[in-house]
Amino acid sequence: MDLDPEGIFRDDSDSDEEFSQEKEPTKDLVVYLVDASPKMFSPTTTDGGKDDTHFHAVMNCLVQALKAQIIGRSYDEVSIVFFNTKEKKNLQDQEAIYVFNVEEREPLDKPTARLIKELSSIEDTFLSNIGSRYGITPGSRENSLNNAIWVAQALLRKGSAKTTTKRMVLFTNEDDPFGSVTGATKTDMIRTTVQRAKDVQDLGILIELLPLSRPDEEFNVSIFYADMMGLEGDEIAQFLPLASQRLEDMTDQLRKRIFKKRKVKTLTFQLTNDVCIEVNTYALIRPTVPGTITWLDAMTNIPLRTERSFICNDTGALLEEAPKRFHPYNNEVVKFSVAELSAVKKLPNTANNLRLLGFKPLNCLKDYHNLRPSTFIFPSDEDIFGSTRAFIALHKSMLRLGRFALAFYGTSSNSHLVALVAQEEVTTSSGQVEPPGMHMIYLPYSDDIRSVEEIHTVSDGVAPRATDDQIKKASALIKRIDLKDFSVCQFANPALQRHYGALQVFALGEDEMPDIKDETLPDEDGLSRPGVVKAIEEFKTALYGENYNEEEEEKTAGGAHADAARKRKAIAEKAAEESKSYDWADLADKGKLKELTVVELKYYLTAQNLPLIGKKELLINRILTHLGK
Amino acid sequence: MARNKEGLVLLLDVGPSMHGVLPEVEKVCSLLMQKKLIFGKYDEVGVVLFGTDETENELAIEVGGYEHVSVLRNIKVVDGDAAEIVQNLRRGTFHGDFMDAIVVGIDMLIKKYGSTNKGKQRICIITDARFPVKVPYEGTKEDQVDAISEQMKEHGIKLESIVFREPQLLHDEATEENDRLLGHFAKRITARLVHVDSPTSLLGALKTRNVAPVTVYRGDLEISPNCKIKVWVYKKTSEEKFPTLKKYSDKAPPTDKFATHEVKVDYEYKSMVEPDKVVPPEQRIKGYRYGPQVVPIASHDWDAIRFRPEKGVKLLGFTDVSNVLRHYYMKDVYMFIPEPKNNRAIVAVSAIARAMKEMNKCAILRCVWRQGQGNVVIGVLTPNISSVDNIPDSFFFNVLPFAEDLREFQFPSFDRLPAAWQPTAEQQEAADNFVLGLDLAPPEREEILPPDFTPNPVLERFYRFLDLKSKQPDAAVLPLDPALKRITEPDPELVSLQLPLLENLSKSFELRENPKKKKTSKIAWRTEQPTNQEIEAGPAGGHNETATSNDVKIEDPSASRAFLTDANIGDLDPVKDFEAMMSRRDSPKWVHVAIEQMKIYINNLIENSVEGDGSNDDKAIECLKALRKGCIIEQEPNEFNNFLKVLFEKWRATSLGRFLGHLCSKGITLICKEEAADSDVTEEAAKGFLVKLEAESQ
Repeated sequence: MDLDPEGIFRDDSDSDEEFSQEKEPTKDLVVYLVDASPKMFSPTTTDGGKDDTHFHAVMNCLVQALKAQIIGRSYDEVSIVFFNTKEKKNLQDQEAIYVFNVEEREPLDKPTARLIKELSSIEDTFLSNIGSRYGITPGSRENSLNNAIWVAQALLRKGSAKTTTKRMVLFTNEDDPFGSVTGATKTDMIRTTVQRAKDVQDLGILIELLPLSRPDEEFNVSIFYADMMGLEGDEIAQFLPLASQRLEDMTDQLRKRIFKKRKVKTLTFQLTNDVCIEVNTYALIRPTVPGTITWLDAMTNIPLRTERSFICNDTGALLEEAPKRFHPYNNEVVKFSVAELSAVKKLPNTANNLRLLGFKPLNCLKDYHNLRPSTFIFPSDEDIFGSTRAFIALHKSMLRLGRFALAFYGTSSNSHLVALVAQEEVTTSSGQVEPPGMHMIYLPYSDDIRSVEEIHTVSDGVAPRATDDQIKKASALIKRIDLKDFSVCQFANPALQRHYGALQVFALGEDEMPDIKDETLPDEDGLSRPGVVKAIEEFKTALYGENYNEEEEEKTAGGAHADAARKRKAIAEKAAEESKSYDWADLADKGKLKELTVVELKYYLTAQNLPLIGKKELLINRILTHLGK
Repeated sequence: MARNKEGLVLLLDVGPSMHGVLPEVEKVCSLLMQKKLIFGKYDEVGVVLFGTDETENELAIEVGGYEHVSVLRNIKVVDGDAAEIVQNLRRGTFHGDFMDAIVVGIDMLIKKYGSTNKGKQRICIITDARFPVKVPYEGTKEDQVDAISEQMKEHGIKLESIVFREPQLLHDEATEENDRLLGHFAKRITARLVHVDSPTSLLGALKTRNVAPVTVYRGDLEISPNCKIKVWVYKKTSEEKFPTLKKYSDKAPPTDKFATHEVKVDYEYKSMVEPDKVVPPEQRIKGYRYGPQVVPIASHDWDAIRFRPEKGVKLLGFTDVSNVLRHYYMKDVYMFIPEPKNNRAIVAVSAIARAMKEMNKCAILRCVWRQGQGNVVIGVLTPNISSVDNIPDSFFFNVLPFAEDLREFQFPSFDRLPAAWQPTAEQQEAADNFVLGLDLAPPEREEILPPDFTPNPVLERFYRFLDLKSKQPDAAVLPLDPALKRITEPDPELVSLQLPLLENLSKSFELRENPKKKKTSKIAWRTEQPTNQEIEAGPAGGHNETATSNDVKIEDPSASRAFLTDANIGDLDPVKDFEAMMSRRDSPKWVHVAIEQMKIYINNLIENSVEGDGSNDDKAIECLKALRKGCIIEQEPNEFNNFLKVLFEKWRATSLGRFLGHLCSKGITLICKEEAADSDVTEEAAKGFLVKLEAESQ
């Protein structure tokens, strides 16, 4: 039974239940086609060992990509297909094609821990179990590349094109797959392969090529693959650098949960009594927490079900869901029905409504006017035609005039005064950085703001301020320690990364904790550069004078502490002295401790360095315990 | 508890010029009392009115003078009575002298506490301070303030002055002098002076809940390993939540005076396989999702590898303010203040804060507040230059998101949207004028609805209702107070003032409701909204009667042409309804009515599915199956075949290809000759249709 079906007692209205879905591809289906020809197993450098092969590089990349995917997008499905193998394993019974899979898993399915584990150790047994050979040889009409694409296409038959994106990713270091054959056979093979690739693409399946080059000979896309991929002109020249970037990206992916684009809610944005537009809200920034916890039975590892029961505190009777709530007030119990509470929370005409109150200059929005992550709003013409146009006009005006809108945002359970700050679109070469729209910033109410700066006013009237020279030295310091290219979100959360890393260790039974760098630590090398050190020294001199000694300062600053410590010591000594005049063991045996005063009891406790808190009874118990009675 | 008790004296101006705003004064004061009854039961409160006709105070008796100041309530522990007496303040006819009132307040506090309870005594005065105070017997008025301040300082009494003046009121010599005098207190003692000009702000100006400030962190702000500044960190904002109400149990007999009426919630963990077996807490282990699996990990294993950063606040560097956009602020706000009484720290913070302000820079920090904290916080430090002499400069600190917290959704560029969605020059002008016209920070008056003085309307309403209910248990929910309505709706005065602008906006932008959308849509976009009814119906009972947007009942006019009115296909079990209707024999028309209704019903299901996520698909398929079966039994194959063909033509080109795919997988195709003789479809043709379905669904 849902404790709170109407969400009255839930404070965050942006909870996941209210997310509604948008029509966008929701799933990614990928088939990784890995060339397993002997060429992939030859060392890439002359002095390289076994690990220095392209095959090793590809496997490493795939394992890393899967490890990132299982945390980030575990709903996406993958399949791994080797081609140019000795053994064959595929539904179509094609030669030299091996569809790799593990138990409890379809060939194209979500990645599992077992898949990652077996894939990461596949190299050791690959040559003996699956084997490597050249699939396209003179004299045979076998075309392993064509077959591989065919098998992959068959695997990707799953799922509708509307809800999924389908890709095949091809890893190879052979830029001329048909180099070994000649004549009519060759042209024929090229023609069928190119045609197959075209058919696949016509079905909406993307083919991506991740070529591997040797240091001495670069992968030549134009021999065959440009034709197969349908690359033209400049695309061919740009292809290689982009592809190698992609390969790196795949290996170094951040373990991060990827969220599908979803709107949180549709709201009406009421500008005036009779102008009302429609907007959607999106949660662009939300703290990511480690995934949810499922309780398991430690013996069987079977998930547990939580059962909740309500018990009357007075009678012990089992209750159905209590229909009433109460709040103690003025020594009384004031009862409320659930309906009354929701009526109190719900302000008239505000449900799912943004009510514009007016505009203010941006400098009215102070840095302390914040409570929780902002929500993004973007117009929609779905229900009300013309919404987008009005929104764009408003957006432009607000940007140009430097104003933000003040609005009242009501939901059935929670209401806020919000600031709507227009954000211009920002794009860089890598795409959109800031989408155009407005950010809804939740404002505090007066009782949410604490006047903490007023707690410690300076008693003699004037607080010391920095002099111009000191400010100048501080400016020099600021100039020295400048993060020019700082961008928000450039740091990965070290706690979360460690959590994911540990999870991976446990799930895959790995021995070693992956090395996770804490990117949030200050740049110590940077701070020890002579220029920075000098600026810091000058700043300190300007503030504290020439002969400032930090340790001495500590001592004087700690003067108050020292005083307190001395006082404490004196009290302890006195207590020890006093404590001696009692025969504690005797008092305890005779049960006479309770006849002493709390002050007397505390002599003993202080002398013995025991906690002093609690009621008399507790103190006596503590003494008895300490005496071993 | 009692250690933290606060002694408060309220000094309320009830002179004639205050009469207009006294209702709000009464409300804010009674709210203060009500909250004290809940959060500060041991606090002690006294109430003094000034500007009254009569004079009732001890000083007047002891030394004379201090006229028109009456003590309404001596300082004592807050009770229901205290909340009551401030709700009905006597109106006075004299101009109150706030200086007299302050002296009376101090006298009361000193007599009550003597030299005890230092620092926890507060005087709060609400006045309009429009009329000059009396000239003291000796010295100037400033000297008098100095003397009073000395007394207050000695006894650790704080002063909070709230000055209310209507925005149109002209400032004259008297008001300026009074402001100066009240401001003069702030130079000497801990005093806060607040000016408000609207009843709404008055409700928010008096802090109704005292939260003891607690530091989050005390220690070094580390600029570099050899340059540290001692700081204390407090929360600057923290959301006051709607109180959590306890569940009420009525099981205790009414005679039981000591019944707690509380409900204990008991959790039991049971195995999924053996529902009767309770698993004891020590046999439970936490499982974490890893792909489709759940990996059990014991807490001591976690502890061994948990992230454990060192306590400390370190500077990563400074950067341009423009690099940190406002909407990245994640949480409630912290404040860094220099260590109290440490002048070096105060100057150091001041130098850096002022340099940052001048250069338009902010600082990026990495914070670990406590030893043993499991995570780090990255945030931005911005300067807060103090405007008051005796308050040191400080910083605000806002938490920033990590890379994992950002969801990179893409949105279309406004420039690339269709031209029809771009505003014309005329529309843009209307929008510009609208933004300028609806100004909430006009130069000639105080900012309207500043967060610092805006009360939380929901909480205000709740606490008032709580108080009311304690007296009248069956009281109905109060309507929103007019002063609080200014927070949820635009000010009618401002609106009427700017009416031409608003009308122009309304004229410039043509907004139309999407005709394809059902009226049942959740949001009513014009002003009339049925929310009040919903309130009355309540969330418990009202839900079943009102159809939500998803389950559309058949109310199509085409269905009503049937003369048979007592049956239709409902949402609960459409297949059963349909079969029942098909099998009725009291009129030959039933079959046709049933088929027609079912068709409409299916169409509705699919149509609603277009916008949705396919949740209706299964239902629609079940209905289609039933319709097909019914049409075979009743030998009406063409009814079904035509319907299916129409469906196919209608949806093939849309996103409903998915649905057609479902049809195909369930083998739903045209009815062929073999199944019903009247059909003109061959078996091959029926199979061919299936293939067509499959092709479309790809």
